[in-house]
Parts: sequence; structure tokens; C-alpha cells
Amino acid sequence: MSSYFELRKNIALAILLGSQDIKGRYRRSVIGPFWLTISMSILISCIGIIFGQMFQTPDNTYIVFLSAGIIFWNFFTGVLNEGCIAFINSEKIIRQLPIPLFVHIFRLIWRNLLVLIHNILIFPMILVFSDIDIGLEAFLALLGLLLVSINLAWTSMLLALICTRYRDLPQVIASLLQVSFYLTPIIWLPSMLSERLGQSLYFFNPFFHFLEIIRSPLMGQTPDPSSWVFSAATGFLGCLFTFLIFKRLHGRVVYWL
Amino acid sequence: MARIYLDNAAIEIPIFNANSRSLKSKLIQLASGGKLFTDTSGRITVRALENLTFSINDGERVGLVGHNGAGKSTLLRLLNGVYTPTHGQIHSQGQVTSLIDISLGIDHEATGRENIYLRGALLGLNKKEIYAKLDEIISFSELGDFIDMPVRTYSSGMHLRLAFSVSTLINPEILLMDEWLSVGDENFKHKAEVRMHELLESTKILVLASHSRQLIEKTCSRVLWLEHGKIKMDGPVEVVTKMYFG
Repeated sequence: MSSYFELRKNIALAILLGSQDIKGRYRRSVIGPFWLTISMSILISCIGIIFGQMFQTPDNTYIVFLSAGIIFWNFFTGVLNEGCIAFINSEKIIRQLPIPLFVHIFRLIWRNLLVLIHNILIFPMILVFSDIDIGLEAFLALLGLLLVSINLAWTSMLLALICTRYRDLPQVIASLLQVSFYLTPIIWLPSMLSERLGQSLYFFNPFFHFLEIIRSPLMGQTPDPSSWVFSAATGFLGCLFTFLIFKRLHGRVVYWL
Repeated sequence: MARIYLDNAAIEIPIFNANSRSLKSKLIQLASGGKLFTDTSGRITVRALENLTFSINDGERVGLVGHNGAGKSTLLRLLNGVYTPTHGQIHSQGQVTSLIDISLGIDHEATGRENIYLRGALLGLNKKEIYAKLDEIISFSELGDFIDMPVRTYSSGMHLRLAFSVSTLINPEILLMDEWLSVGDENFKHKAEVRMHELLESTKILVLASHSRQLIEKTCSRVLWLEHGKIKMDGPVEVVTKMYFG
């Protein structure tokens, strides 16, 4: 029972710190975090106008596909890039207080979820301009987001650990993520690639599966079951693996800071 | 019942230089069989604490003395769970709170009120507990309407008063301190002194690192004298202070 209260307290702490981060970032700015919404709209409309012309799609599907893709991609990379420096940035706290390390990861996931909420506001507006009809199945996207967040959580927990020890890694991760952006169908449609190239590119790309289980329901489509299975399996195995690693190494982190 | 027991505990802190910290040198090391980089591959570690075995029981007030670098702060961090011993073990019973850096977590852009919640949460209080004590904290800090102003507008005295007022509202079983907390002008100093004594009354174990003989003699019943990470002497306050301070 006491460990349950500990957990609840630690999650509350992570949420408080994460919200404070966002508040701090936009303090004294008039429209505050809605700058996120604005800059995301500009990005989506610029890419949308140019590439939309190139890839003439019926029913304005492209712009819907693009905006959902970019918005969630932004969330993925936000979590992973900040995950790399999660412990390094919390050095002061880690060296003074014995707060469980997952708090620092929850804090950044919460912070990025808040950013996501501001960005997702664009989506309904774009949906109105398209001819896509979405029904209740869109709520499956929430399940997808939960599953993806679990995957991002263990990945950034692990990245935070390794990057604390090896300080070159954040740069490596950042450039890998940049490449992944082009390898994942975000600004291009999956149907544009030849079947064989496409399939190998999708199947081994975790980001494809993660995006698929969130984006497809939002576009009124059913994601391929393999993407659900992939995400659930990596989520489960990844958490288990990370748990075992941290059981051994959590005490070392403070020495690496 | 609070108790701390150290069994042969040691702390070795690895020192990473720029070379051994990068992945590249690790890879080169692997490739070259470790010969080329013998100077960096032999990891340099600092033995901050060596083979400490002692126990602190309920009701004890322990002073830590020793020169700079003797390991006092490291020991305090070991006791509050920040460091896990690299060798040996530590067993502690009872909730530990450290008042080492009372300004930790204070966000200068946030208001005093927001900072009360932040600082409180870092000390392990939940929102309800903080809310219940909010008025008490605000009145104790004497910040008045400034409580809703960003902390960066505070004078350093006000800043410390805020940090002190939140940080001392805890009821730990084991309290760790690095020097005495004294803040503010004469009037506040007196209030703070009273608060500190109340805090000491309610804690079961105190571990206080200090360079002040007067403070140690006034507060502690037992003194641990550390030198180069080892215990040089451990005994009643009169005996050890006499040896240490002369």
C-alpha cells in the first residue's frame, strides 16, 4: 500500500515539474503555448501546399495524412531527444535527492504530451477542410497513443541511462531521428513506393508502426493488425528489458553525472 | 524506530575525462586491444569513503567533523540514498530528509506560491499536505503580497526565507544537515532558530556536518570524525571535539 502512495506521489511530482517546464517556457508571452499551435500550422501549410501539389490526392487526403504524421512525429522526437538528456538535465536533483529516476522520464513525457495537446488542435480544423469522415473508431487513436507512449517511455529511459554515461550519444540519436523522418511515411504516402521496397521499409521501422496505430484511426482507417502486435510486443519486452537493466544499474547513474 | 547501519560501506566515484567518456574511445579501445589507451582505460576513481562500519540509533544526534574533502558531504549523500555504496551495504530504517540545499528546485521565474508547491513536492509532500500548510508557510516567510510575485524579484533574504519556510515544514525521522540553517535579519533569525529546534525535537536521528565547534557541542551527543574517507574517531561529543578542535 505504501509503495502505491509512493508511486502516486512520484507521478504527481513528475506532472508538477513537467507542467512547470511548459509554464516556464512561455511565461510573459501573451499567447503562450499557443505559439506551438501557430508554428505547427505554418509548417503544415507550407509542406502541405508544396507537396500536396506534387502528390495530387483525391479528397485532400494528403493534408490530413501529413498533419497527423508531423504532429505525432514531433511528439516522438521530442520525447526521444529530451530523453537522451533527461538525467543530465536533472543532475542537480539527482545529486541531492533520492527521487526515483523514472520521475525525470515521466516529467518529459508529460511535458511533451502538453505540447502535443496544443498541436493536435490543428487537426480538427484540417479535417473540416477535407472530405474524410471519421467516426467513433477515431478513439482507437487514444489506445494507440498510450501504447506508443509506453514504448517511448522505456526507450527514453534507456537512452537517458546510456547517454549519461556516453555523452556523444545524444548527437547520434538526433541525427538518426532526422534520417528516420525521411524513411517513415510522413511527408510521402506509403502508396508511392514499390511494394517490395515499401514493405521492408515499413516492417522494420518501429516509427511506421507507432504512427500507423495513431494516424490510421484518425483518418477513418483501420490500422494493420501487425502494427498493433508490433507495438504491444515491443512495449512489453522493452519495459521488461529496461526494468532489468535499471535494477542493476540505477545506482550508477549518479556516479556518471 | 529509526536506525542507520553501515556495513563496510565504501564509495568510489569514477572520474571520466573527456576521452573515456566518449563512445569512440571505447570502440578504439576494443579495436586496439586496449593497448593504445592504457592511460585512459585504467579508470581513475576517487575513494570518497572507505570501509565505514557504524550504526546510528534512535535518539542519537551525530555531528560530522573533518577537513574539507574528508567525505562529510559524500557520507550525507550516502545516508539520504543519493549514492548507493559501491562496496558494502547500508541499511536504514525511517524516512530521511536532507536539508542540504534548501533552494534546490526553486524556479526563479515562478511565483513564490508556485515555488512552495514545487519545493514541497520535491521534499515528498503531496498537494493536499502543502495546501493545508500554505497559509502557515506564507505567514512564516513574512513575504506578504510578494508571495504572488516571481521569485526573481525577491531579495536574497526573501528568497532564503521562502526556501526555509517550506523546507522546514517536514517531519522526518532522520534529518541530515550540512551546517546550520540560519537566515534573514535578527527578527527572522530568532523565529528560524525556534523552528529549527522544534524540527530537531521531532526527529529521531540527526546527522549534522559542521566546522563549528560551538554548534556541534550545543546540538550533538556523538561525533564522527572523518579523515580521507575513513573514520578517524567516533565517540561522545566531549571526547572527539577535544581531540579534533584541540
